Amino acid sequence: MVPTSYYLILSAVLFGLGVVAFVFKRNVITIFMSIELMLNAVNLAFVAFSQARHQSDGQVFVLFVIVVAAAEAAVGLGIIILTARNRQSLNVERVDLLKL
Amino acid sequence: MLTRLILDHLWIIPLLPLLGSAINGLLGGKWPKTIVNWVALGATGLSFASALEAVREFLGPNAQALVHNHYFNWISAGKFTAGFDLQLDQLTVVMLLVVTGVGFLIHIYSTGYMAHEGGYYRFFSYLNLFMFFMLILVLAANYVLLFVGWEGVGLCSYLLIGFYFLKKSASDAGKKAFIVNRIGDFGFMLGMFLLFRTFGTLDFKGVFDAAASSPWANVQEPWGQFGTFTIACLLLFMGATGKSAQLPLYVWLPDAMEGPTPVSALIHAATMVTAGVYVVARSHSLFAHSETALVVVAVIGCATAFFAATIGLVQTDIKRVLAYSTVSQLGYMFLACGVGAFSAGIFHLMTHAFFKALLFLAAGSVIHAMGGEQDMRHMGGLSKKIKYTYWTMLIATLAIAGIPPLAGFFSKDSILLSAFQKEGGHPLYAIGLLTALLTSFYMFRLIFLTFHGKQRYDEHHVHVHESPWSMLGPLVILAVLSIIGGWLAAPALWGGPDYFTSFLAPIFGSPEAAGAVSEAAAHQLEIILAVVAVVSALIGLAVAFWLYLRQPGKPEQIAKSLQPVYNTLLNKYYVDEFYAAVVIKPLMWLSTEVLWKIVDVAGIDGTVNGIATGAKDIGDVVRHTQSGNTRSYAVWVVIGALVIIAVIFFWPASGPAIGMVR
Repeated sequence: MVPTSYYLILSAVLFGLGVVAFVFKRNVITIFMSIELMLNAVNLAFVAFSQARHQSDGQVFVLFVIVVAAAEAAVGLGIIILTARNRQSLNVERVDLLKL
Repeated sequence: MLTRLILDHLWIIPLLPLLGSAINGLLGGKWPKTIVNWVALGATGLSFASALEAVREFLGPNAQALVHNHYFNWISAGKFTAGFDLQLDQLTVVMLLVVTGVGFLIHIYSTGYMAHEGGYYRFFSYLNLFMFFMLILVLAANYVLLFVGWEGVGLCSYLLIGFYFLKKSASDAGKKAFIVNRIGDFGFMLGMFLLFRTFGTLDFKGVFDAAASSPWANVQEPWGQFGTFTIACLLLFMGATGKSAQLPLYVWLPDAMEGPTPVSALIHAATMVTAGVYVVARSHSLFAHSETALVVVAVIGCATAFFAATIGLVQTDIKRVLAYSTVSQLGYMFLACGVGAFSAGIFHLMTHAFFKALLFLAAGSVIHAMGGEQDMRHMGGLSKKIKYTYWTMLIATLAIAGIPPLAGFFSKDSILLSAFQKEGGHPLYAIGLLTALLTSFYMFRLIFLTFHGKQRYDEHHVHVHESPWSMLGPLVILAVLSIIGGWLAAPALWGGPDYFTSFLAPIFGSPEAAGAVSEAAAHQLEIILAVVAVVSALIGLAVAFWLYLRQPGKPEQIAKSLQPVYNTLLNKYYVDEFYAAVVIKPLMWLSTEVLWKIVDVAGIDGTVNGIATGAKDIGDVVRHTQSGNTRSYAVWVVIGALVIIAVIFFWPASGPAIGMVR
């Protein structure tokens, strides 16, 4: 049986990759994917804990996260498509109108 | 029955002028003068008529002592209540008749005097409003309501002095009157607070009853006992010095002559300025407990009488002479109150209302005749041209100078007699007598300069004309009153019963408490003092006659040889300058340099602006975080998350508190 700590380390690594990609990438789609990566890293941790402690709460929570992620994907992709149409670009550096 | 009705509804008397004022003030602007006249005169006349009707209750054999009506609770807070209570007693009756009667006459006069002035309706609206407040003042049954009237007449005084508000000196004089009165009112309010603290009520009856039964009531040390009574009385008297123009707060009254002449007659001679005397007389049972306060009142009154009379000697403006004479006569009234002769003081108040109103109205008639000229040096020889004015003014002058058998003789005589009989009152008597001499001198100086001697104006420029009958009528009535008014209180010696004193006896008590001196000796003293007073008045007359008619150049010579004295008097002892230097300048400096430039600009504005600037500066720094760059926001989110995780892990107490990590 694989020890829980392995899962957690994998989860942490995935999450860290997600954070790094989230901060450093410029392509909106990549950023979006890095968010998904972080979500799923968290999911992995949830499931690992759930299995280790023999409780189902973690798995229930994972289902919630998946639902939210799906909804988020729908909205997020919609926004991305519109931005891409307006600016002919997927570079977030150029989406900077929200400032004083 | 009508009497009963009015006694039950005393508020009718003050309400009528208030209605008149409101109607004229709100609607009168578009009305012709006749309608304004009808409203103003109707309101005052009806008020006078109802006062007369109400007063009948006090004249019969079964005269009532006091009518006291409670209408509604006006202020009620904790233990403190002040009702809208009106009362009518003998003292109020005298004041009521003087205010409504003289007021009505002056209203009639004003219709003639103001006929060619702008703001006609405004003038009458103010006059009626003044009547309202004055009636509230005299009818009030507690100090709070009295204070309402007290402040109200101050307001009307301000409005009417500054009636020609386009004239700088007039509006300044109005402000001066208002501010100087505030100083007195400050004392008056403190006095009220002290009375309430001591007795728990401000109703006249409650206060006086409590005073009579208070443990200190019978403590009477001649010069000591700086107790509650003394302080309360002195504070009330401070209010009275403001309103009644006594030292040291008299300075506003001479300047008040900027107002139209009927105003000077009504407010600054006959009614409002007597409010202080009225308050002192009304509170006589408080003053009776404090010998110290009485002495202060007497000394201030006496000093004011003399002081103002000396200034009056050299003034050249006809109205200013009368103004100083008013201050001086008010001093007499306080002298009377101070020596315990309250009824004599009120008597002088009444006769003074007659002859001083007459003097002012006649002076107004002179000014009217001269087309606005007020300087006596530019008059002279008017007696033939304006006969009615001359004769009425002469009667008033004889009355004020104390020539028998006119009104002023009796009232002034009884004051001087009371001062003389008072223990240690001889100096007061002496100064009072000297003042009487000066009074006689400056009044006849006024008469001779104005009506006799050579004509000193240019006939081509000034068309001298007698005033219309609307002005002369009141003059004649007041002249009659000035003659017979004194007979009300002819002392027993002169064969007449002393109606006035016995009428006021329920309030002030019987005057014949000092029965130590035998009747005959008292009569002898009265005769001697009366003769002395008349002789001094005649001396004043003679000197004025000699100086201003026989030797017209003489006054100037005397003025030259006594240059410093003359200049001091002409400049009113430099009191205004003194106040300017001691009070006004430091206040101005404090206001400008400290309150304005430091407290206001640096302190208050500085704080407010500082907070605003601070918020702006912080915003300036913080706004750079809102770069609009999505990735920078992402960095912030990550940093925030890291901080939260760090807090959860490393903050000692927070781990269990958040309850996540275990």
